[in-house]
Amino acid sequence: MLNKAIVIQAGLNRTICKAVTASFALLLFLALLPATKANAQDWIRTGTNRGAPIRMAVPDFKPANSDPGNGPLLSVFNETLWYDLDNSGIFEMVAKSFYPAGNPGFPNDIKLETWGNPPPNAAMVAFGNLGVASGKVEVQGWLYDVKNTISPQILGKQYKEDATSDNARVIAHRFANEIITRLGGVPGPTESKIYFISTRSGHKEVWSMDYDGARQQQLTKLGSIALSPRISPDGTRLAFSGLTSSWQIMMYSLDLGRTVSFPKFGGGNYSPAWSSDGTKIAFSSSMGTGASEIFIADASGAGAKRLSNGKADVSPVFNPKTNAQIAFVSGRTGLPQIYIMDTDASNVIRITDQGYAVSPSWSPNGLLLAFSWVRNYGPGILGGADIYVMDIASRQIVQLTHDGGRNDFPSWSPDGRHIVFQSNRSGTEQVWSVLADGTHLQQLTREGRNSQPNWSYR
Amino acid sequence: MIALLMMVSGCKKKPPPAPPTPPPKPVSATLSANPTSIQPGQSSTLTWTTDGADDVQLDGQKVNASGSQSVSPTQTTTYHLTAKGAGGTQDATAQVAVAAPAPTPAPTPVPTPQVTDDQLFAQAAQDIYFDYDKADLRPDSKQVLAHLAEVMRAHPNWKVQIEGNCDERGSTEYNLALGERRADAARQALAQGGASADSLKTISYGKEKPVCTDANEACWQKNRHDHFTLLH
Repeated sequence: MLNKAIVIQAGLNRTICKAVTASFALLLFLALLPATKANAQDWIRTGTNRGAPIRMAVPDFKPANSDPGNGPLLSVFNETLWYDLDNSGIFEMVAKSFYPAGNPGFPNDIKLETWGNPPPNAAMVAFGNLGVASGKVEVQGWLYDVKNTISPQILGKQYKEDATSDNARVIAHRFANEIITRLGGVPGPTESKIYFISTRSGHKEVWSMDYDGARQQQLTKLGSIALSPRISPDGTRLAFSGLTSSWQIMMYSLDLGRTVSFPKFGGGNYSPAWSSDGTKIAFSSSMGTGASEIFIADASGAGAKRLSNGKADVSPVFNPKTNAQIAFVSGRTGLPQIYIMDTDASNVIRITDQGYAVSPSWSPNGLLLAFSWVRNYGPGILGGADIYVMDIASRQIVQLTHDGGRNDFPSWSPDGRHIVFQSNRSGTEQVWSVLADGTHLQQLTREGRNSQPNWSYR
Repeated sequence: MIALLMMVSGCKKKPPPAPPTPPPKPVSATLSANPTSIQPGQSSTLTWTTDGADDVQLDGQKVNASGSQSVSPTQTTTYHLTAKGAGGTQDATAQVAVAAPAPTPAPTPVPTPQVTDDQLFAQAAQDIYFDYDKADLRPDSKQVLAHLAEVMRAHPNWKVQIEGNCDERGSTEYNLALGERRADAARQALAQGGASADSLKTISYGKEKPVCTDANEACWQKNRHDHFTLLH
């Protein structure tokens, strides 16, 4: 088995304090897979920060005053901040049991050497305080470079919102994102949303939630079947496929809280996808031919034009870096396989060579495709569908899930470090998230059946 | 000597005065039926009591002074109890009503067969089934479709919806496309069989509307089908 390390720069504009030495790159160790049979040990760690993950200490924030409202908000804040930094993919969290006594709430409380020496051996400390006063919650937070004794402060932030549990959560997400952006080079996913399909209202409808699974709420009220939600790049509109007397691409406005008009097409219309500049929509339609083909249209639905002719083509997705290519699924040779073509329909190339491959999702940096694959398909072989990640240029692939259950509909986070997907590993279809190296698996939904997650663009 | 006899017989001693007879006990009688109304074939219990009677008869039958008897009249009947005693005679009656027998149903006339469009359609538009990941029509499916096309030609006003379905394995989106292919395959066969184009509508339900949910081939096969609906 050949090991080949591919370093892909994920960092863009980096405004990082000189003292921070870690290299911020998305690294993929890829294995060449034997052509004939699956290798049982072919899954490989893909580190999102090779070199050294930053050792991060986050003591609980202190109450700034004695207001009784502090307790519950501090609880939500601390839990959210910890989860955000722990799951960011760039930190190694120092366990709280190693922290020196006494939570620092202000810069004067910090003794750097107690954090930098054993047992904590932290490289960074995030600390601060939270206090409720006159119906508002105010948070002060600092990020200190433990090794920089002269001027340790990397960040000093202040937040003030109405004193609610939701706002304690929102402030934590905001502060965490400041830290992740500063130290990771790209904004983290902490303020992003995931859209998905849930059956819990009695019908399949589109729902939304925070990226960590909090604040799940129903969006559409079609009362029939809604599938394949895709949020627009600017986060204001959500396209989906809905069934009335036929399947149509429908548009939900998050500003207005209802669907808005969108052209109706003949046949069945499925799986809408946005170009990353928000100007185009690709979708699958059987209009005109009676067979499902990939179409492209303006974001308003005008000017719909057929691109493919495989007679069983579905699930298009744009290359978000260039918007010049579309990956899609076609059953033109039998079992579904993944293809890529230019947006003018030329240069159709087949990407997978066997099994049952569906649900492509293109990484934000344009270099990787995640998809769902039953790699070995055949009578008697009860292969599961697992999530795979392929480096498009080299065609090398990494297997992300290994439980042999049904894993489908991967969707990349905006920072390119996480993947959200649907899995039946808990017994029912639910939405799960995971880091691209396979660690930090989190179950995000529990109620009803939940599927087809779609991560927002920011 | 005869004179003596005559003197003896004629000379009776005067009997002592009879003691006054006590007044006779009054006779009473009661008769009741329980229940008082029955369906044909059921029975009712007659119960009677008498007092001061030494001859009690129930409709000509001698019975005890008090007692009960089960009766099953076939029509409404009034029963008579007669109690006789020194004090006189008393009568009592009780009626058991019998519900009118159910009338023999008049024979229903055999209806002249009037098959509705829905019935005709249901007969002709049987579900057709597919192999895994395929939209090819099996030979028996082609026969079903040929016959359905014939029936549709005789009913040019019919609008038929062809619904393509898949089993639960595989992906939501791809199964919508596969269902489209299955519906379209039937549509083409019906059109070739003479059904008019605007009488045919296709829709795919992918794996969204399963007819069963077991994870075995028997159920999966049931779900890999086209279903036909007459649109009204």
